[in-house]
Amino acid sequence: MNIAVCVKQIPDPNVPGNLDADHTLDRSAKPQIDDSDMYGVEMALQLADKAGGGEVILVSMAPNGEVSGLRTGLAMGSARAVLVSDEALAGSDALSTAKVLAKAVERAGDVDLVLTATESTDGYTGTMPAQIAELLGWPSLTFAKHVEVGDGKVTIQRQTEAGYDVVVASLPAVVSVTAGVVEPRYPSFKGIMAAKNKPVDQVTVADLGLSPDEVGWSGARQQIVSVAAAPERQAGEKIEDDGEAYTRIVSFLEDLKII
Amino acid sequence: MSKVWVFAEADGDKPSTATLELLTKARELGGTLEAVHIGANADALAAGLGEHGATTVYAVDPGDALPGVVGAAALEALIGEHHPELVLFAQSYDGRDAISRLSVKLDRPVLTNGVALRVDGDKVIVGAAIFGGNTLVDTEFEGEAPFLAAIRPKSFAAEPSGGSAAAVVAVPAPDAGRAGEAKVLERHVEEREGPKLEEAKVVVSGGRGLGSAEAYDPLVEQLAKLLGGASGASRAIVDAGWVPYSKQVGQTGKVVKPKLYIALGISGATQHMVGMKGSENIIAVNKDAEAPIFGIADLGVVGDVHKVVPKLIEALQAHS
Repeated sequence: MNIAVCVKQIPDPNVPGNLDADHTLDRSAKPQIDDSDMYGVEMALQLADKAGGGEVILVSMAPNGEVSGLRTGLAMGSARAVLVSDEALAGSDALSTAKVLAKAVERAGDVDLVLTATESTDGYTGTMPAQIAELLGWPSLTFAKHVEVGDGKVTIQRQTEAGYDVVVASLPAVVSVTAGVVEPRYPSFKGIMAAKNKPVDQVTVADLGLSPDEVGWSGARQQIVSVAAAPERQAGEKIEDDGEAYTRIVSFLEDLKII
Repeated sequence: MSKVWVFAEADGDKPSTATLELLTKARELGGTLEAVHIGANADALAAGLGEHGATTVYAVDPGDALPGVVGAAALEALIGEHHPELVLFAQSYDGRDAISRLSVKLDRPVLTNGVALRVDGDKVIVGAAIFGGNTLVDTEFEGEAPFLAAIRPKSFAAEPSGGSAAAVVAVPAPDAGRAGEAKVLERHVEEREGPKLEEAKVVVSGGRGLGSAEAYDPLVEQLAKLLGGASGASRAIVDAGWVPYSKQVGQTGKVVKPKLYIALGISGATQHMVGMKGSENIIAVNKDAEAPIFGIADLGVVGDVHKVVPKLIEALQAHS
């Protein structure tokens, strides 16, 4: 079974973010694989293993041929990657990105399943999984906290407001996985060394049969009109616990009439 | 706006709170306000939807198919017939599925994670908070209507307008093609005591500083119960499998705006702060004096949750 995993290479989420003058995210620092995508990579590796064969293929879109995040996914055990990198992609919105990734999935070859995170840590638009599925004409099984594949079908436990639903569809399909669905493995030294030589198919927008007008700034059809600092919340009283700090909490609760 | 639609979702036999928030906001924009509901219980929802301003609800029963997938197919046809200028969705599980697929069907951009919405002339502008809520970004749609936006729950207050029940217009479920093959086999409702996390007046959340999954019940659950509140969690301990995802507060979890938020052993990662910094009052207990959570806490206690919280619980038990 061949599984494509959408992987985003993002700036370190622990470093405060910045917007460039054109209102796009400052991506000048060395990017890393989005933590959320590690769950998809791990899930794909486990499902391929259980199926007894097939490849896990990473699919990504990044400026300047950036591969540092992809190498982590390859070091975990993925076989190869398709990377779309093109100046025309700057300013792409969610729909344009989904168009690019859906084409990249097709380029990846004969894929039975696409795995994604529910949303990226930096942009967190959260529309990509179902948009890619719609573009491919496939079912989308979103917000999976458990995934099983067998007999040409995928069955998931889908998070809901009240609990979870068991949802099934035939393959091929797109599944988005929630954080914590599996425990991502650490790349081994052997894996890290092997990743250096794994193939990365770097393509442009034109290679995918898309027009530059469909992506980037021209394809976005939305415009940022203002950026402002949010009103800051001030820090209040701070005390060291000397064994009696709980009494201050009690009086705080009394003042709020919580107790 | 001459016509605004809200993708209406149910919480049992009532409209969800997020749906009522969207209707309340949409009323401000003027024009006709209508709802589209993908479910079998539109008749039960009609009173609540009408009370919050919707005059009509277009109702599609998806059977056992996923509501978002059928919803997008139904919306595509209904939009072609009725031409709403703006369609609002809650940033929910089914809302995100529907808006995503609809954006492809109509080839229209989407703005998601909205926390503010306004109309300026014929421009629709959606405000979103980025970088952990530190920066507010306004984005306007370009091109032709309909405009599609998803808004985070708790962005607006839900207030009734006193309208009468919405007229229910039953619409046959469209064929969603292969996409519609995803079927719901079983539904599981998780047992929950006390108020819902996103509606509770008091929320007590735990983080990695609890040290182990075993500490969650005696510290977090018990304190929440004593205060009549709901229990939450940081992403770190959800990822670690200590508590279910349904308890997660944050960017990828639930947004809460209680009267009081108590953070126990939570350092205050950006992801978490997005979900709770709108709380009226915040108390934080953490061993690390430099934890970012202290930057927004009204009362910060630098201390070990295992020492502070048991004493607090004992004092509250004696108090009641």
